[in-house]
Amino acid sequence: MIGLQHYLTLSAMLFVLSIVGMVVNRRNLILLLMCIELMLLAVNFNFIAFSRFLGDDAGQVFVFFVLTVAAAEAAIGLAILVVLFRNRRSIDVDDLNAMKG
Amino acid sequence: MIFQSVLFYLFSGVLLLAALGVVFFRNPVHSIMCLVLAFFQSAMLWMLIEAEFLAIVLVLVYVGAVMVLFLFVVMMLDVNLEIARRGLVRYAPLAAIIAVLMAAQLVQVIWLKGQESGLDGAFTPYPEGYNNTEALGAVLYTEYVYAFEIAAVVLLLAIVAAISLTMRKRPGLKVQNIAKQVAVRAKDRVRIVKMDAEKRS
Repeated sequence: MIGLQHYLTLSAMLFVLSIVGMVVNRRNLILLLMCIELMLLAVNFNFIAFSRFLGDDAGQVFVFFVLTVAAAEAAIGLAILVVLFRNRRSIDVDDLNAMKG
Repeated sequence: MIFQSVLFYLFSGVLLLAALGVVFFRNPVHSIMCLVLAFFQSAMLWMLIEAEFLAIVLVLVYVGAVMVLFLFVVMMLDVNLEIARRGLVRYAPLAAIIAVLMAAQLVQVIWLKGQESGLDGAFTPYPEGYNNTEALGAVLYTEYVYAFEIAAVVLLLAIVAAISLTMRKRPGLKVQNIAKQVAVRAKDRVRIVKMDAEKRS
């Protein structure tokens, strides 16, 4: 019988995998963006599972807004990436040391 | 019920494999293809618990637009794969430690504490004739209409930001100035000089 806990576990595994991806690929900006998308997907899983479990549609409306903001974030992130590549000819995070941070 | 369980395990297995592929494939194009597969599997899983509207939105908007945007950018950029993957072995132990810690904590919260906080239970199926899209629309355009408008503004902001970031002004580029061309007068172009005739030698 598939219940809430199965969906929460799946979402947790997805989230952990995307964290691993962020640590392992922390030099490559485009993979970092993709891992952020995976993380947002895991969060959406939680929202939908709880919305169905509690019988409240507000959770699904929230997923709608998360998708909107994620699309905007992806568009702006990729635009920044393109500008970065145009100026530096690389998307390595280690090359981004102009601000000495 | 058994059939639904089998479908759940099938879809979630493919989803996790696809997520592994996103993280560990060498070629970014393969990673993006795996991400598309992951989004498809998630849509199927959402369909299983009767969140049909969001499942279809995920496929249409996310796979149809955002993933294609990623694909465009990856194919446009000429990324050096060897340099991009250099950190894979060096950071693997750190990643494994973080993953094990987080997984243990989440399992503890979901499975061990879940019993006492009432998380163990199945989804109650919707009644006959329930329309997920209609129900979401009824809430979205009444109770959440303010948030909906803000979402529209956020999307507009994203358009403006993306275009203004990537629009390039090259120095030394020759362009026509139409207004100046139209407004020009004959005396600006031709100068008539009055001078005496030269003597024949």
